[in-house]
Amino acid sequence: MTELTEASVRAEVRAWLAANWNPDLGLVEWRNKLIDSGWGVPGWPRQWYGRDLSPGLVPAVEEEIQKSGAIGVAKAGIRTLAAATILAHGTDLHKQKFLRRILTGEDTWCQLFSEPGSGSDVAGAVTRAELRGNKWVVNGQKVWTTSAHHADYGLLLARTDWDKPKHKGLSYFIIDMHQPGVKVQPLKQMNGHASFNQVFMTDAEVMPEFLVANVGDGWQVTTTTLMHERRGADALRSWAVGSTREGRAYDEERAEIATVMEPYKWYPQRAGRVDLILTRARETGRIDDPVLRQEIARVLIMSKSAEWLARRARTAQELGRPQGPEGSLGKLIASNVARAAARVHTQISGADALLSGDDGPMKGVIAEILVSVPATSIAGGTDEIQRNIIAERVLKMPREPSIDTDKPFRDVPRNTVS
Amino acid sequence: MKFSFSPEQEEFRSNLRRFLADRSSTKEVRRLMETEAGYERAAWQKMNVDLGLTAVRIPEAYGGQGFGFGEQAIVLEEMGRALACAPYFSTAVLAAGAILNAGSEADKRALLPGIASGETVATLAWVEDNGRWDAEGTTLKAASSGGGWTLDGHKSFVLDGHTADLIVVLARAPQGPTLFTVAGDARGLARRAVEAMDPTRKMARLEFNGVSARLLGEAGQAAAAFARTMDEAAILLANEMAGGAERLREDALAYARMRMQFGRPIASFQSMKHKQADMLVDVELAKSAAYYAAAALDEGDSDIPAIACLAKAQASEAYLQTAIHAIQIHGGIGFTWDNDTHLWFKRAKASEVFLGDATHHRELMMQRWAA
Ligand SMILES: Cc1cc2nc3c(=O)[nH]c(=O)nc-3n(C[C@H](O)[C@H](O)[C@H](O)COP(=O)(O)OP(=O)(O)OC[C@H]3O[C@@H](n4cnc5c(N)ncnc54)[C@H](O)[C@@H]3O)c2cc1C
Ligand SMILES: Cc1cc2nc3c(=O)[nH]c(=O)nc-3n(C[C@H](O)[C@H](O)[C@H](O)COP(=O)(O)OP(=O)(O)OC[C@H]3O[C@@H](n4cnc5c(N)ncnc54)[C@H](O)[C@@H]3O)c2cc1C
Repeated sequence: MTELTEASVRAEVRAWLAANWNPDLGLVEWRNKLIDSGWGVPGWPRQWYGRDLSPGLVPAVEEEIQKSGAIGVAKAGIRTLAAATILAHGTDLHKQKFLRRILTGEDTWCQLFSEPGSGSDVAGAVTRAELRGNKWVVNGQKVWTTSAHHADYGLLLARTDWDKPKHKGLSYFIIDMHQPGVKVQPLKQMNGHASFNQVFMTDAEVMPEFLVANVGDGWQVTTTTLMHERRGADALRSWAVGSTREGRAYDEERAEIATVMEPYKWYPQRAGRVDLILTRARETGRIDDPVLRQEIARVLIMSKSAEWLARRARTAQELGRPQGPEGSLGKLIASNVARAAARVHTQISGADALLSGDDGPMKGVIAEILVSVPATSIAGGTDEIQRNIIAERVLKMPREPSIDTDKPFRDVPRNTVS
Repeated sequence: MKFSFSPEQEEFRSNLRRFLADRSSTKEVRRLMETEAGYERAAWQKMNVDLGLTAVRIPEAYGGQGFGFGEQAIVLEEMGRALACAPYFSTAVLAAGAILNAGSEADKRALLPGIASGETVATLAWVEDNGRWDAEGTTLKAASSGGGWTLDGHKSFVLDGHTADLIVVLARAPQGPTLFTVAGDARGLARRAVEAMDPTRKMARLEFNGVSARLLGEAGQAAAAFARTMDEAAILLANEMAGGAERLREDALAYARMRMQFGRPIASFQSMKHKQADMLVDVELAKSAAYYAAAALDEGDSDIPAIACLAKAQASEAYLQTAIHAIQIHGGIGFTWDNDTHLWFKRAKASEVFLGDATHHRELMMQRWAA
């Protein structure tokens, strides 16, 4: 086998795209072709649609696909988490049934972890799943569930044993969202969007083969999903908003964005749109204000350094080195950057920061930044929880004395009202 | 750009760290900082014989080892960690940098081998009492007379200026900004060690009264070479600061693990843990900027002037913030002379100011990057 280099990989992808990409194919038809070639998810194992490509070479493939104007595999938010979790813990049946349709975009997913009583303390879930006959029957309520309103499947964390300590009595399921026992109710967010929902499950059913890992091992699977979610926080920034190009595949992609991607429309604001700071400052003439220049520079420095920190972590990973502290810091830093950027955007806009929608600066984009930023430090685990994780896992500082880990969950004090 | 340290660089780092742990304990730092020179020549020369530190980035043609900025950044990070008392920054960063950037082939052949071998302690004198870190602040005058040059004026904040054998001087010549070299014992040169806030890094004020000097490079042509030297120095200082900050963070963590209050180690209190997490964020951001900037120097990145400002500003704030947290975590003992934390605190403060503070560098970055 010849040694793969970045150049050889790029050349191979380019050649394949030149021979195969055609904007007049149907979106799913095209993505199936891409998946069959292994270039859709080149970092995945060969057995499951990939090419076992080393992580360092994957961005080059993505870049080539983007440069050629071709559409990649579907990869919005929760879908990547579902795919990563199934790849790591799923059975062959799960992989056969779900992975390809996640990649083509035919199925969409949601993450049913948070509950009214357990957000940060995900392991405190009280939604119950009981084996009745040959089916699992689920009862309980989830909340803040992004995309539940259009999801086909959910990643469900539920309690299967109340006599075991809290982390040991949980199981992880794949639940069909299109069934009578699942009711989804949109929640309006402070930014006016409704990307998340309440989900009520009343005698909802799960086939036994849709249990992921073993009964009682739900927590380990959950941590895999959460780890990918934290890592992915950065990627949200670069999501494409769809092209204006012509062709059936593009039309269908635009339709996909209008429905499936809609809940994430405002997510790019999460990073505080550092990329717009200089444009805005020039536009308003405030770039010449010496005080503001200091504030702008601070944000640019923080965000550049964060970018280089992520690059260090990636390089280390490519070289097969153990994960350093830089790997765990991304989510916390991203919310620091977002908050600082929002502050600067407010200063740059001055009185115009009072306005939103079409009256607002940049046709409302700035207002959207200002009212969306708080999500960054809550979604996917709050800043406080990230700090706990960094302190305890990376710095190995003593864990919080816990009052609930060894007791049967039945006896643990918890929120009584939702 | 990808950046990471190679296995060879990692090995170089661990050897150096071991060497410095051995030779530059805080006991030794405390002993040397009480001396007027701030270092011992014999120890300094041994360091160069054993490890070739000043030779690292000097090309082989001039007696050096010919490595890049990446390797020199490692030296600085480790010296910053250990707070090593040595005329390294003055000699190997400032003076050698100025000579490499401004000197003619003949200048380099004449001046660099002594620096590479560790025989010559050298420095760069450019700031004056006005405290301006750029070339525009220079008032020291150079005049040519009978084929030679003489210097009149003063220089301040000159690192190791009172002990250096060789002083590179920025002066105003009729042709424009020009660099010269002057012997430490030149006639007409008065040197006085000033009392520095950071006792581990000594500074001097120099008076030039008709001191005869040798031209470095071409008369009136020093501006670009000098600016480049400042960018390199800012980046290397950022790496030194990152090393110091990391050491403080680690020491504070070790103390917090061991110190018991209320029946448990203070490291188990959440406010201590969150502080440590925030310190890690600060230090890792500073390291990333400093490493990236050093790698960018080796790659000849055209954005160096802006990246240098970025790295210096980031490291200045991170180092000082880390020092403040570290003292706080130590409680009352952190405010004592016997506790070592203040040694790094003072270095953090001094490094924040030296070469221009964070405010200065943020503004410069805006001018260079964002217009
Ligand atoms: C935009 C958005 C999208 C989301 N999408 C989803 C989704 O798709 N699926 C899903 O399952 N969830 C989702 N979430 C939920 C999210 O994961 C939770 O909101 C988050 O984990 C916080 O939980 P909580 O809201 O219950 O707050 P709580 O856990 O009640 O926390 C309240 C406050 O207490 C602090 N706190 C809690 N525990 C500790 C501790 N041990 N130490 C210190 N401070 C602590 C928190 O940091 C926070 O400041 C989403 C949230 C948002 C905002
Ligand atoms: C200038 C000065 C003058 C002083 N004068 C006097 C005096 O005249 N008389 C006198 O009796 N004392 C005096 N003190 C002592 C002072 O009161 C103590 O230093 C202070 O109470 C801290 O105690 P400590 O030094 O033992 O630190 P520690 O208690 O060991 O604390 C170390 C660190 O851990 C943190 N920490 C400790 N417990 C917790 C917790 N439960 N949760 C979160 N964080 C925690 C602290 O905030 C600190 O950051 C003086 C101190 C100074 C600096």
